[in-house]
Amino acid sequence: MVQPVQIEGVAGKLLLERVCMDNVKTDGVLAGESSKEPQASQGAERQSSKKDRNLITRRRFLCLFGLAGAGAAVASHLPNMSAVAADGETGGGPRRLRRWCMVVDLRRCDGCVGLNKPPRCTEACIMSHYVPDGMEWVQVYRTEINAHSGGTYFFPLHCQQCENPPCTNVCPVGATFATPEGPILIDQQRCIGCRMCMAACPYDRRFFNWGEPNQPPQAKAMAYHPETQQPAYKGTVMKCDMCPERGRAGEVPYCVEGCPRGVIYYGDLEEDIATNGREIIKISSYLARNHAYRYKEHLGTQPRVYFIPGYGEDAGRNAYDPRDSRRKELQWPRGT
Amino acid sequence: MDELVKRHEREDLENKSPSPSDRTKLLGYRDRLERVALEPLAKTGKGFYLVVAVLGAIVLWGLYAYSRQLSSGLAVTGMGNPEARSKVVWGFYIVNFVFFIGISHAGTLISAILRVTNARWRTPVTRMAEFITVVALIIGGSAVIIDMGRPDRVLNMILYGRFQSPLIWDFLAITTYLTGSCIYLFVPLVPDLALVRDRLGSKLSGPRRALYRILSINWHGLPHQWRRLGVALTVMMIVIIPVAVSVHTVVSWIFAMTLRPGWNSTVFGPYFVAGAIFSGTATLIILMVILRKVYHLEEFLTERHFINLGYILAAFCIIMLYFNLQETLVPAYKMADEEPHWFHDIMGGRYSFWYWFYIFGGMLAPALIVLIPRTRKIAGIVLASVLVVIAMWLERYLIVVGTLTIPQTPYEQVSYTPTWVEWSIMAGLFALFSLIVVVFTKLVPVVAVWEMVEQHAEEAGHASVPSVSVGGREPAAAR
Ligand code: SF4
Ligand code: SF4
Ligand code: SF4
Repeated sequence: MVQPVQIEGVAGKLLLERVCMDNVKTDGVLAGESSKEPQASQGAERQSSKKDRNLITRRRFLCLFGLAGAGAAVASHLPNMSAVAADGETGGGPRRLRRWCMVVDLRRCDGCVGLNKPPRCTEACIMSHYVPDGMEWVQVYRTEINAHSGGTYFFPLHCQQCENPPCTNVCPVGATFATPEGPILIDQQRCIGCRMCMAACPYDRRFFNWGEPNQPPQAKAMAYHPETQQPAYKGTVMKCDMCPERGRAGEVPYCVEGCPRGVIYYGDLEEDIATNGREIIKISSYLARNHAYRYKEHLGTQPRVYFIPGYGEDAGRNAYDPRDSRRKELQWPRGT
Repeated sequence: MDELVKRHEREDLENKSPSPSDRTKLLGYRDRLERVALEPLAKTGKGFYLVVAVLGAIVLWGLYAYSRQLSSGLAVTGMGNPEARSKVVWGFYIVNFVFFIGISHAGTLISAILRVTNARWRTPVTRMAEFITVVALIIGGSAVIIDMGRPDRVLNMILYGRFQSPLIWDFLAITTYLTGSCIYLFVPLVPDLALVRDRLGSKLSGPRRALYRILSINWHGLPHQWRRLGVALTVMMIVIIPVAVSVHTVVSWIFAMTLRPGWNSTVFGPYFVAGAIFSGTATLIILMVILRKVYHLEEFLTERHFINLGYILAAFCIIMLYFNLQETLVPAYKMADEEPHWFHDIMGGRYSFWYWFYIFGGMLAPALIVLIPRTRKIAGIVLASVLVVIAMWLERYLIVVGTLTIPQTPYEQVSYTPTWVEWSIMAGLFALFSLIVVVFTKLVPVVAVWEMVEQHAEEAGHASVPSVSVGGREPAAAR
């Protein structure tokens, strides 16, 4: 029932208005309007979205600010994002809008030192996305539990797919944008390489093609799409895209697939389920039960990646294990 | 032609109506001034060609480095170096961008503020200040384009520009300021261009004669033309001040609009504006001393001008010290998140030498040099200015690169080492800046002749009357 949907004419459509659209994307109004809902259900949704509108978010502030400046020209450019929102069902009732998210269970992650290999999630992502040299879209850090007790744990960090993303706000050309399903994408055919977004990301999750990206020929031959970011372009930004095309096809991202310990869950906040490829969890109760947190939550970026704190004890990892992950040995696919 | 010049002079003098004896004195001053001001335009020595050749060579070298960067991408810079790990996303180019935009405040802001407050000593200074503004803006703007990963897509800024982005604010503010500064440079230039046309017309080559004829837009010093000039200047000097302030404020917002420790600050706007005026004044003093020497302006650019600008410099030293106290003490008290890294790096870590040089060498020492009467000489003030310019460049470096090297996630230390490409392009930018200024001084008088004559006449006229100057400064004649 979930079908992959193409975003077409990306360069033309996914404009700054995306920023404005984000504010209503979670309450289904977008999808509802496009499929000509019965008035009743729409009314209810409108009300809920009206309530949301009372919250002045940073983005809304910028949005109003922007509209005031840009005027009517902006309105005429509103892209038809319902194409992305619609999930292919033909029946009545509001269409469900996926809200992709991730849950990273830090208790189980051992940085793949147990396997004596470089982190498998990073490797899987690199190999399947032909990630150019030197980038680790998901990066596994080894970090201290706290300064007094000592001990370490491993910390896989994806792009946090912030719901209030500082990176998209600052892009001068709208080349990076939030999609209604959550993933923050980059249009590498529009990006001017100013790196403002990299400076603005508080998680340092953006990478740059400083030179001509080194990619194998099959990557270079692909038709460009921001959801796959293939082929890579020199002088543009790249990052983890949360694999929305995999999600829509009913699969989990490569990093989830690659993890031998089932650390990373991928799922849909709307449906409240997530999976690490082996088991399925109910997100809300799993988060509550395990005291989940979001990284740098105080910044107000509202990440879509949740962490379950832990120091490796569940997996039997010794917190005082001196071994670091072997990420320095990661191999990147080479072009010719 | 001569007819008109005579009329111009006659009217000019009649308007000011000094006594007959004053009139001869005035003509003497005016003749000397015109001779000195027009000499560089009429005669060109070997030295000029030598300077142009050297600067041109450096610019060409910078261009070669840029061509290398264009073909291999930013990978040839220190930012693309693996040890920067995609974390130090901005380097020398953005440092120079902020630095040159800062320098640009020399001009318009200083000259407009001095004009608005009617500070009488300003007249020989304004033209040079306005030069610096226009040239520095052009250089600063090109530094951003050099920094872009895809300079071929620069038009996207216009095609897809989003008003929410600080970079677009910058783009708009800088282009507005550049336009305004060009007008503000050009308007008071017109009577002097007419002067060149009338005095040197016969001595110049055909194209240059035509250039001055066109640029002086039919100026004949008629009363209604003077009136219009006065109105235009008044409007421009009032308009340009908020524009200038806005420019450096939005430059600071590129940084302050992010959540990074070290940038996430609410004083960045005024802090940058103060820093800009500070470095701009210092640059102006350095340029003044060079031009004074090269073009023999000693009679017109006296020690008094240097001392007055030195006082502005000292005042801004103190303002900057205050801002630095505010910028460090408030976050240092709280030590949130990654702030400790920042403080460690600048106070005792890898940037500490530069940081303490900036504080002691760039602010305390210059303030002392200017405030102690024994060192309050032209040489001392110029030394203070050189220190300030170096320190302000370092400050920009610490703000841009220093902050970007703070780990925001628990990753290993990153570092940034500029490559020869970046050094060469930076040298090219500085050389281009000097080159344009040098050529400028050959094309137009480096001091505003008509303003100085007017001021001199006023002072001569007022010599017996108690000073009524608005700026609160006594006229030169009284000193
Ligand atoms: S983690 Fe960084 S790159 Fe990802 S959405 Fe948030 S701000 Fe943007
Ligand atoms: S680097 Fe590209 S995506 Fe990032 S802000 Fe600049 S134009 Fe936008
Ligand atoms: S979600 Fe996709 S893009 Fe992101 S790290 Fe995993 S595999 Fe890579």
